[in-house]
Amino acid sequence: MNREGRGATTPITTGTPAPTTFTGNHALELEEGLLFEIGRTEVTGVDIEDAGDFTSRLGGHERKLSLDLPGLAEPEAMRHYVRLSRQNYGIDSGLFPLGSCTMKHNPRLNEKMARLPGFADVHPLQPASTVQGALGVIKELSRWLLSLTGMQAVAFTPKAGAHGELCGMMAIKAAHIANGQKRDIVLVPESAHGTNPATAALIGYQVKSIPARADGTVDVESVKAALSPQVAALMLTNPNTCGLFERDVVEIADAVHAAGAYFYADGANFNAILGKVKVGELGVDAMHINLHKTFSTPHGGGGPGAGPVVLSAALAPFAPVPAVVTDGESLRLVEEEGEAGADQALGRMSAFHGQMGMFVRALSWMLSHGADGMQQASEDAVLSANYIRACLKDVMSVPYGERPAMHEALFDDAWLEGTGLSTLDIAKALIDEGYHPMTVYFPLVVHGAMLIEPTESESKASLDLFIGALRDLAFAAKAGEKERFLGAPHYAPRRRLDETRAARAPVLRWTRPPLAEAAE
Amino acid sequence: MRYLPLTQEDRTEMLARIGATSVDAFFADIPAAKLNPGLPDLPAHKSELAVERALGRLAGQNVPAGSVPFFVGAGAYRHHVPATVDHLIQRSEFLTSYTPYQPEIAQGTLQYLFEFQTQVAQLTGMDVANASMYDGSTAAAEAVLMAHRVTKRRKAVVAGNVHPHYRETIATVSRYADDTVTALTPAPEGGEDILSAIDAETSCVVVQSPDVFGHIVDLKPIAEKAHAAGALLIAVFTEVVSLGLIEPAGAQGADIVVGEGQSIGNPLTFGGPYVGLFATRTKFIRQMPGRLAGETVDADGKRGFVLTLSTREQHIRREKATSNICTNSGLCALAFTIHLTLLGETGLTRLARLNHANACKLADALAKVPGVQVLNKSFFNEFTIRVPGKAADVIEKLADKDILGGVPYARLAAKAGLDDLILVAATEINTDEDRAAYVAALKEVLA
Repeated sequence: MNREGRGATTPITTGTPAPTTFTGNHALELEEGLLFEIGRTEVTGVDIEDAGDFTSRLGGHERKLSLDLPGLAEPEAMRHYVRLSRQNYGIDSGLFPLGSCTMKHNPRLNEKMARLPGFADVHPLQPASTVQGALGVIKELSRWLLSLTGMQAVAFTPKAGAHGELCGMMAIKAAHIANGQKRDIVLVPESAHGTNPATAALIGYQVKSIPARADGTVDVESVKAALSPQVAALMLTNPNTCGLFERDVVEIADAVHAAGAYFYADGANFNAILGKVKVGELGVDAMHINLHKTFSTPHGGGGPGAGPVVLSAALAPFAPVPAVVTDGESLRLVEEEGEAGADQALGRMSAFHGQMGMFVRALSWMLSHGADGMQQASEDAVLSANYIRACLKDVMSVPYGERPAMHEALFDDAWLEGTGLSTLDIAKALIDEGYHPMTVYFPLVVHGAMLIEPTESESKASLDLFIGALRDLAFAAKAGEKERFLGAPHYAPRRRLDETRAARAPVLRWTRPPLAEAAE
Repeated sequence: MRYLPLTQEDRTEMLARIGATSVDAFFADIPAAKLNPGLPDLPAHKSELAVERALGRLAGQNVPAGSVPFFVGAGAYRHHVPATVDHLIQRSEFLTSYTPYQPEIAQGTLQYLFEFQTQVAQLTGMDVANASMYDGSTAAAEAVLMAHRVTKRRKAVVAGNVHPHYRETIATVSRYADDTVTALTPAPEGGEDILSAIDAETSCVVVQSPDVFGHIVDLKPIAEKAHAAGALLIAVFTEVVSLGLIEPAGAQGADIVVGEGQSIGNPLTFGGPYVGLFATRTKFIRQMPGRLAGETVDADGKRGFVLTLSTREQHIRREKATSNICTNSGLCALAFTIHLTLLGETGLTRLARLNHANACKLADALAKVPGVQVLNKSFFNEFTIRVPGKAADVIEKLADKDILGGVPYARLAAKAGLDDLILVAATEINTDEDRAAYVAALKEVLA
């Protein structure tokens, strides 16, 4: 018997390389097979009571074939998804400097509020008398958005930013139709998000590109020259995707209005000016607001988002159904086009009444910050971006450096000239340093763009470490340490993936291997 | 402020490093006259406790579905979701991650999307599915636009028994895209004539099954007629649990299958966020909207996943993209795939049987209430009853008795002149006591 138990460990350095493991795992880094490789169709992780005897009323449409859907017992399912989650990087993992995406802290209070049974367990078609609090959330969220933007009305149903763009542009088209105007051109600056031209084209507009001037902002003279009785609208992101405020915005708006067109603003970068300026006072007619950016609702690996659209007095009558209206002491929904309160409504964007789950989360963030906290948040976001730019401008190259940055610091790839490295290599090397890369190759107007948006959620220590990492990478790149970059990432769950192969012969689903192989 | 890590000292140091005296310098490009001095009509920041109180008050003004006998459906359904699902989707690596544009550190998201796509394809009987749309209604509208691209025609036929909100969503986008929609008249008793509306200009026929009134529709003859005319069949469902029992549209000749996935994994949440399912045939993948995860290998030859075929998408193709969609329903798709993984085919089939059994029992019980007529010969977990007088009044009176008894069809389509119809849904959540309470209350209301 060994009464002393195990002795204390003393590290020994063997000098031999790390062994290959049997499982392919590396301690906490665990490989995970596909559900279809580990699950079985006869296994279930949910106990469901037996339906008992009854006469089916399916009218002869019973499914005859197996769906071939594997199940996992609860412990297996837990492990499958926990293991998968560990192959992901999130905001909670570290600084997430993805420009134009506003990856700020997602408070868990918001999650808790959205899960209150009074919000999560309410059906959209319950009688209005049983959902007064849900309608109250929409009303209150609208009040905050209108206060923050100085606009007239909110179309609250769009489900994400691009859906908000579609809503705003349909409102513009509806207004032109109501005014007896037939216009077919939409002006979009070269630096715009891809969703802008895609949205305009979706509803039949021709897209005409507006060039940027040398300082990275839209050329007001080019806008004026492009305006004509055929132009329906200008779509402009402000602050723009170069992280600069369009300082001629009022002059641009005036010119657009003088030509009988409307001014659509892409609100993706609203975080920079939150509480600082009301876009309604800048001449904006419609702007979507990404609640999943500025108002902290989680990105969730690609959604869900929410893209309510604020509208000017000129466009307010065309807001889609449903609308929430006050009826004496209570609130109710106007759900059909043509009804009183929606007589000029542009139509319906989707079933039901928008992303309530996101509304609650956003309102929770608004109430938490208040007027003072929101102004401080946008100031901190802008200060942090300018700090990053100031700390990196001697080792990386800054286009449009003469203008103050807003909430994003933009770099190009001029500083990489002669190194044999590209923007993509820097991004992948940043993964090895424990960061999600910045937005790369966007905006298109800047060669090899690297767009860094720190948001207000970072401490100074966190910003300094990130700056230190990028400075070190910049020195290494210039010193010719190519392997650090070209092989990167070295330490991620996967090395660089073959995207060309994925697109050439797409494998978009698992398929059961042929039985013949198994029989051999 | 608890969410802002910078201290006043940090801010001063950072300004000094930049060489600015105040943050005002960074806002110098905003016309000075337009800068807000403050926001006097909005309150100051609040503690976590104070926010909980404020939002708790609003939540308290709603009647949660779980607190009463509940039979409301019409496109959103209350099902039991295992506790595991909500725990897992709140793993911060899932919750706080971005669209997986950097695949080396997003394999978790990409693999579950690949699994989700496979599950949706298997469920619908189709070849491929995308990584989700906003919801069922927008998926239906996108399917119509896709059918126009595939057929190079611009006239859609939309069946009268498609959910009215879906019809309006399709009609709205079509109106602004200058496309034509032939919208057929609702047929509450089923047996709708769709075939005679199909002609040589038709790009697609949109048919829902089970339809909004609950009837299960035979899609095969519609698929045959559509194909003979060079058109596509778009099959729609709003209750995905039905696919546990009913023959999938893919096996009946559908070219695109779209639907609402909320029922699996996702709470009601007053209508959103939900998850749109979108599946089609391999030959059409390059015309599909939305994101797609695909399999590949990494530099070491290990299997991995990436977003692929992005040359269809707005961030690459801009005005030539197949859709403007960007953010979709990632986390709702995760909830869907986890719940479906827990169910497996065995659990899904049992769940569907229990839903159908409960609906059959309820239909039989309601049919015995004097004055009530059940319109359906076939249904899954939702059917339509005709009541004497206005359905909306009946539903209000039932609500006064703490029974949420269904959806008046007129709530969805006020102008259809079908004011005496109620759509009634039953799922696994309903007990014998719930059904008895509904029947008793309805008898009193109609007496």
